[in-house]
Amino acid sequence: MSELNVPGTQVPDARGYFGAYGGRFIPEALVAAVEQVAEEYEKAKADPSFAAELDTLLKDYTGRPSPLTDVHRFSAEAGGARVLLKREDLNHTGSHKINNVLGQALLTRRMGKTRIIAETGAGQHGVATATACALFGLDCTVYMGEVDTKRQALNVARMRMLGAEVIPVTSGSRTLKDAINEAFRDWVANVDSTHYLFGTVAGPHPFPMMVRDFHRVIGVEARRQVLERTGRLPDAVVACVGGGSNAMGIFHEFIPDAGVRLVGFEAAGDGADTPRHAATLTKGDPGVLHGSRTYVLQDEDGQTIESHSISAGLDYPGVGPEHAWLKDTGRAEYRPVTDRAAMEALRLLSRTEGIIPAIESAHALAGALELGRELGPEATILVSLSGRGDKDMHTAAEYFGLYDDAEGTN
Amino acid sequence: MADTQLTTALAAAKAEGRAALIGYLPAGFPTVDGGIAAINALIEGGCDVVEVGLPHSDPVLDGAVIQTADDIALRGGVKIKDVLRTVAEVAAAHPATPVLVMTYWNPVDRYGVARFAADLAAAGGAGCILPDLPVEESAEWRKAAEEHGLDTVFVVAPSSKDARLAEVTAAGSGFVYAAAVMGVTGTRSAVGNLAEDLVARTRAATPLPVCVGLGVSNAEQAAEVAAFADGVIVGSAFVKRLLEAADPEAGLTAVRELAADLAAGVRRR
Repeated sequence: MSELNVPGTQVPDARGYFGAYGGRFIPEALVAAVEQVAEEYEKAKADPSFAAELDTLLKDYTGRPSPLTDVHRFSAEAGGARVLLKREDLNHTGSHKINNVLGQALLTRRMGKTRIIAETGAGQHGVATATACALFGLDCTVYMGEVDTKRQALNVARMRMLGAEVIPVTSGSRTLKDAINEAFRDWVANVDSTHYLFGTVAGPHPFPMMVRDFHRVIGVEARRQVLERTGRLPDAVVACVGGGSNAMGIFHEFIPDAGVRLVGFEAAGDGADTPRHAATLTKGDPGVLHGSRTYVLQDEDGQTIESHSISAGLDYPGVGPEHAWLKDTGRAEYRPVTDRAAMEALRLLSRTEGIIPAIESAHALAGALELGRELGPEATILVSLSGRGDKDMHTAAEYFGLYDDAEGTN
Repeated sequence: MADTQLTTALAAAKAEGRAALIGYLPAGFPTVDGGIAAINALIEGGCDVVEVGLPHSDPVLDGAVIQTADDIALRGGVKIKDVLRTVAEVAAAHPATPVLVMTYWNPVDRYGVARFAADLAAAGGAGCILPDLPVEESAEWRKAAEEHGLDTVFVVAPSSKDARLAEVTAAGSGFVYAAAVMGVTGTRSAVGNLAEDLVARTRAATPLPVCVGLGVSNAEQAAEVAAFADGVIVGSAFVKRLLEAADPEAGLTAVRELAADLAAGVRRR
């Protein structure tokens, strides 16, 4: 099921490069630890017992394979195109994040480390990490921007319930970028005992490759399910892109299928042409952030520009290097989706299908509506529904005015 | 290995039978001109070499003290051209003192690698320390630095294995920056025993001078490190003096005094 060994996969190269992107821009203090992760991952890939244990966990603990859902009433709003949702929201812990976390938790145990640290934006990666640490009996510390601890308070409580220490980060923009900075600082100081369980397809090599491999299961299952259901491949595969882990997970298996469009939807906040957005591939430039060369929202001096999105999980001024490569090669395209369009898609799916998506995933749904109207009723669109919206009810209630005695802001 | 301004300054300290004192402050902190005055004060107090920090939005290797200073500098609008002006003015005021730039990689990458090397050399800079640019990714920079006569100082850490030390030090010049502890910048109550072992292992790998940084904040610690290293690097302690000063003039006095204390420390037998 996990299928970590991918025959014919050409990227990344031995130095972790996807074309011009990727690599390993890290302080000397972390070189030995990052090399250890890379070596242990290669050994694990060659060890059938690793894949077997991961598969058992994915099946019996996560609940894989996740279903594929036809959403007829929602499709009517998408130009009549057939929309199929890959239901990562139904995984244990409520999002795709658990796929990668279980893989890296097994790896942590193989490396003999006893403590895990992680960054989190929306809290979904943090919750998944806290969950795996509870399961494996590992110490867990999660760094989360102070802004995000407030807008995703439910997930902070979940992590603490699971026994993790959650540290609100008050530096910089107090969001995901700064949580990653703080996690790196912790790792440098505690690298002997600690594995940094990085939550997206960014960071220094081997993380972009390894995290992608652990999420490949999304696309592997979905491709099979779509073929079984419809008898053909989808016309387009869409996903939201912050760091880009669920998108890489669902895209990867389809990369050789030249007729399948791969479309990533980035958070455009108030609009990609305003100063308040997180549309890194649309508006950023190549640079180095958090250990790899990729697109970055930055000024002319190479200082990172703060991103903005209603979605904490997409509020990040970088992106995984493989997405940068897919963009430059033209194999995938990336488009912006505003806060407003995402929130409207969130409400639409809730009311037409009885599925409340995460605000992150709602960006992909808004993208599917846009793409469906372009492609028309003959088209089939596969959407990665990466997470569920329980965590976002406070934000949504304020946005739409769902609390008694409250007016919505929109 | 050709002599450079940096190797000459370190050799001069060695000839006096002592370790060199290397001081760090970020440019633009508390203001561009205030930063220039503060770095000049480090030299007047007794620093043999200075490092000018290029403030960054994401200083992942810095503790709270330098993060705060970087924040103040960036909110004040410091640009790369201001960092280069800082180097130029300090170098002009103290022609015998090597002025290094310490910077995260992305600002250099964005500015243009060859352009940054050329402009730094033109400003009178002696070289660069690039703590998040590992040797494997450094070929383009080293070529540009060499063309402009700049030294490239690499960092080694207690976690660096011996084979790795040989690889890293072979690519560097000027001196080797040995991180005393596993961790980010910041003052610490004790320097710890990892540093002495790292210096010994590094010396076995290279003829370059080995200077120790991270955590040194007072004359006692400076003396302790000077007993086994070729240089002592102090940063956060200077930044802290400026942060705590009641006014800019008091800040200059405080960093000048600390530099003098530390200079006495590295001369202690």
